[in-house]
Amino acid sequence: MVALSSLVLLAGCGSGISFLDPHGPVASTQRDLLFEVIAWMMIVVLPAIVLVPFVAWRFRRTGNNKSYHPNWQFSWPLEIIVWGVPVVLVCILATLIAGKARSLDPYAAIPSDKPPLTVEVIGLDYKWLFVYPEQNIASVGVLALPVDRPVRFRLTSDTVMQSFMIPALGSQIYAMAGMVTELNLLADRPAVLMGQNTQFNGLGFQNQKFDTLAMPQADFDRWIANAKQAERPLDQDAYSIVSEKGKLADLRSRFDFDPSKGLIFSSVEPALFATVVARYRPEAAHRHESDEAKGPAHKGHDHANH
Amino acid sequence: MPTTEGWWPLLFGRLSYDALPFYSAIATAAASVVVLGAITVVALITYLGRWRWLWREWLTSLDHKKIGIMYVVIAMVMLSRAVVEGSMMRAQQAIALDNPGYLEPEHFAQLFSTHGSIMIFFMAMPFLTGIINFALPMQIGAREVSFPLLNSISLWLTAGGAGLMMVSLVIGKFSTGGWSGYPPYTDAAFNPGVGPDYWIFAVTLSSLASTMTGINIAVTIYKKRCGGMSPFRMPLFCWTSLCTSVLMIFALPPLTVATGLLALDRYVGTHFFTNDGGGNMMNFANLFWLFGHPEVYILILPAFGVYSQVISNFSSKILYGYDSLIIATMCIAVLSFTVWVHHFFTMGQSADLNAVFGIATMTIGIPTGVKIFDWILTMAWGRVRFTVPMIYSLAFMVLFTVGGLTGILLANPAIDFQVHNSVFLVAHFHNMLIPGLLYGMIAAYTYWFPKAFGFRLDEWWGRVACGCWITGFCLAFLPLYPLGLMGMPRRTQEFFEPAYLPYTIVAGVGALFLLAALASLVTQLVVSIRRREELAVPGGDPWNGRTLEWAIPCPAPEYNFAVLPIVDSRDAFHAYKEKGTAYLDHRFYSDIEMPKNSMTGVVFGIALAAASFGFVWHIWWLAVLGVLVAIAAPVARSFVLDTTRIIPAEEVRRDHEAWLARLRKLPPADRAVETTPQNRGLAEAAAA
Amino acid sequence: MSTAARNRHPGINLGNTDPHTHAQAEETLFGFWVFLMSDLVLFALLFATYASMIGATDGGPGPKDVFELSSAAIETGVLLLSSLTMGMASIAMKYKEHPTRLYGWLGVTLLLGLVFLGLEAHDFVKMASEGATPQRSGWLSSFYALVSTHGLHVLAGCIWLTISIIQLAVFGLRSEVKLRIMRLSLFWHLLDVVWIFIFSVVYLGGLA
Repeated sequence: MVALSSLVLLAGCGSGISFLDPHGPVASTQRDLLFEVIAWMMIVVLPAIVLVPFVAWRFRRTGNNKSYHPNWQFSWPLEIIVWGVPVVLVCILATLIAGKARSLDPYAAIPSDKPPLTVEVIGLDYKWLFVYPEQNIASVGVLALPVDRPVRFRLTSDTVMQSFMIPALGSQIYAMAGMVTELNLLADRPAVLMGQNTQFNGLGFQNQKFDTLAMPQADFDRWIANAKQAERPLDQDAYSIVSEKGKLADLRSRFDFDPSKGLIFSSVEPALFATVVARYRPEAAHRHESDEAKGPAHKGHDHANH
Repeated sequence: MPTTEGWWPLLFGRLSYDALPFYSAIATAAASVVVLGAITVVALITYLGRWRWLWREWLTSLDHKKIGIMYVVIAMVMLSRAVVEGSMMRAQQAIALDNPGYLEPEHFAQLFSTHGSIMIFFMAMPFLTGIINFALPMQIGAREVSFPLLNSISLWLTAGGAGLMMVSLVIGKFSTGGWSGYPPYTDAAFNPGVGPDYWIFAVTLSSLASTMTGINIAVTIYKKRCGGMSPFRMPLFCWTSLCTSVLMIFALPPLTVATGLLALDRYVGTHFFTNDGGGNMMNFANLFWLFGHPEVYILILPAFGVYSQVISNFSSKILYGYDSLIIATMCIAVLSFTVWVHHFFTMGQSADLNAVFGIATMTIGIPTGVKIFDWILTMAWGRVRFTVPMIYSLAFMVLFTVGGLTGILLANPAIDFQVHNSVFLVAHFHNMLIPGLLYGMIAAYTYWFPKAFGFRLDEWWGRVACGCWITGFCLAFLPLYPLGLMGMPRRTQEFFEPAYLPYTIVAGVGALFLLAALASLVTQLVVSIRRREELAVPGGDPWNGRTLEWAIPCPAPEYNFAVLPIVDSRDAFHAYKEKGTAYLDHRFYSDIEMPKNSMTGVVFGIALAAASFGFVWHIWWLAVLGVLVAIAAPVARSFVLDTTRIIPAEEVRRDHEAWLARLRKLPPADRAVETTPQNRGLAEAAAA
Repeated sequence: MSTAARNRHPGINLGNTDPHTHAQAEETLFGFWVFLMSDLVLFALLFATYASMIGATDGGPGPKDVFELSSAAIETGVLLLSSLTMGMASIAMKYKEHPTRLYGWLGVTLLLGLVFLGLEAHDFVKMASEGATPQRSGWLSSFYALVSTHGLHVLAGCIWLTISIIQLAVFGLRSEVKLRIMRLSLFWHLLDVVWIFIFSVVYLGGLA
């Protein structure tokens, strides 16, 4: 157990890859919770691990022990301890779960005085496409975020099920075709963080990583402004190229970009995210349209066949 | 070359020369091992002229002990394959930092899919089914299971599924969708090849077999107990077997439904789990884990039973907290149906739902913890002997506690959001399944081997194997915990974080120990067979046992008990020995009616395996033919009325008295010489 | 023989009318009950799948477009009637009335089973011709899976009935044959129960 915990502490060495080195409130709460639960569990784990070798050795056949009670098989006081301690422990842990389940709910907005940034995430085979609807840009292989501002991810998939995760920031959540899931995270200091898909989705799975660039708001604004200069619109043609099965690096033959900095699109086809969701759920499209008809963002929207 | 027109597709479906494994050296080598292995076995049997013997004495036998042994043989063969596969993956990851390594991504994905499917469905399930089949009827004082023919059918369905897994190594490529086969990845839209079909059919055969086994074992326990064997006098292994069989009855149908509907999606074009057409992949996750979670307890409970037996036996002491252990087992069985959502906390459902399932999951920790402490108290004030099964039990108790700790961590949705799909999870379930299930099964194999074959297994090689399994497990899997906390996802063929490398290298070294453990088990078997005269225990009681199976000769006669026992306490054989009534001449013997051999099971299993192969490759004539034969076999059998044979009372009396006469000449063995050739299977009754 | 007359399993017991078979029935019939429970779990899950896919019509036809209450009601009647005749067969077997009665009841049950299957096949063909095939939508997939799994069970029951009639002719009323008919009758009644759920949940629920 000592060995295990020292291993756990050592594990914090990697930078920006793990919640043991948290870069946001969700991940740091998760790390604290991890250690808290481990500490509570020691109440039963340590006695068990110590008692097994101790009792086995103390009562070994070759030992010189006079106290042999082959028919001793029950004791109420011991039985009450054996059942009682775990029961109490689980009750304590249950209150922890119930409390943290709400506060760490991926769908729960992170309290902040700043409005959340919305990022729409589309899972493609072996890469993530990030759409910034308010900024009207998109990126693949790189995700820029302002620090100290909550980010609200809306996720779907244009292929099989995937799981979106930036370990140093917090929770992961599945992205599934025809469905939208949500994730709320916040980065509290500038860093480059590892992001990935954790759900096996095919032969390029291991390459589905991206750099999360947590940067001050001013830098973020500059990044957005630069992105808009890219002169590479994400229209239907570009989307169909990006969504082809393959790694990010494979796209170099189609677009001119530096894979280490990601593929940036200067503008995005309106309602791209909704269109991808609706591809698998015609009825969801109807709902979405009626929502949109009420809202302001309706320009250039052309659904012919209804 | 085959074409898509003419007679070829009619005869061979989508089978073509491309299906042969000449696309990579490793695949070719693996397939060659399978083919050469099969040829060697066939040649050897032919050379020894043992086909008729094999057919009569084993393949068509309805004897529960022989069926149990055949299950264990299947499990051992499949264990060997899957351990090698696991080691290949560890080796790949030990060199995979910014390096494609020696395994292609596709090959790596096939390896984790076959490794998982084999270990669960064709190693763990047959192993525990075999052990239960072998030991349970003897423990409750019965001569056979309730439905011997059904037992044989289950065995051959399992064998058929295992055969299909082996064939997939030679012809075509197995699924890359993991042991859980999640759609839509495994749907025809994304994986039109034969891989997922192989997975579907192999798993379905195993699932049907296990459902029938569950029915058989449960009914046997309910209806076949000997006189005086009230439920609360049954050995604990019987209780855990009962819980396992009840779980099989209720938990396997969800798997059959999941694989069945996935097959419809793939073959008929329905929309159960597809992305489009109104399909819903979340239904598959629910169905699969509605099976998958109880399955975990199906696997672990029999091992708990074995540990209870072994710890009590080798502490020379009655089991502490028998009622408490039964209640704990029952709690686990019931709760196991209420926790399946914890396999996908990250699917987007409400936080409250997650919390409920998280708390339910932790609740299972309570009875499991109780068991560990009850076992510790069983050792207390006993006289502990460190035999091989006991060392496995001790290692289990320590390591399983670590696994329990990480299980509680995973049960917490907030933590699971971090470690889900990471190698932390891989470490956790290997921690439960290797020290939990596998150690238990090997302990059971060591413990009951003399009852099956009449001689003990070599103690020294047993210890070597034990040491290797323990070291190997610790090195190969404990490093995966920190790796998982560092964000390394499971199923990754290559990685890019230098911080991971030291851990994956240690894990790779651990895999070498696991290979050594496997080799030691094989060596142990070979050495023991060579020394079988020395190690023979004709007295029948090599371990100073406490339960009924030790009251009869080693190896046990076909009918188990010459006269059905009548018991009046728990640990019945121990009580007989205390009272001096263990080895009595019986006054009356009666004719014993035993089931005759039947080839129905063999035909049924092979027919359905062939049909499955037909379905996988779209060889429709074979599929239809196989199904028809599989229906015809039990129908034809139902017209056979002469299904039993009589063993005359005189023969039973003669054999029993001969054994008793021999037994009385054996030197009683003190426990100090338990593991030496002086142990001839007669315990020195008083010298506990 | 008061001990023999004690009920050894749920359902019709042979009791004093055939003590030998009655004793054997305990284990066999209990095992069959356990199997039926397992089978029921299968149906329960197909029901659950169906329930979760009720809205998943993918723009295709829904229950109101394709179901015909009259046809489903006739099927229900036929199957309920066959359960009654199967019960009569069990009674005829128990009290060893003239075997022609047993043949008769089993024959009528078989006939009703086949009529049921014919009606169901007719429904399916009609639905498919209107474009409501299993491939059309998730809802239709789950509908066909549920209803035809029941149909396949009825088909298996019909094959079993045929074999029982043959075995009755070949072997007469032996223990083995009796035990098989007793299990068949449990199986048949279970299918009836399942169908009542299908009729209520799928047809009545869908048209409500």
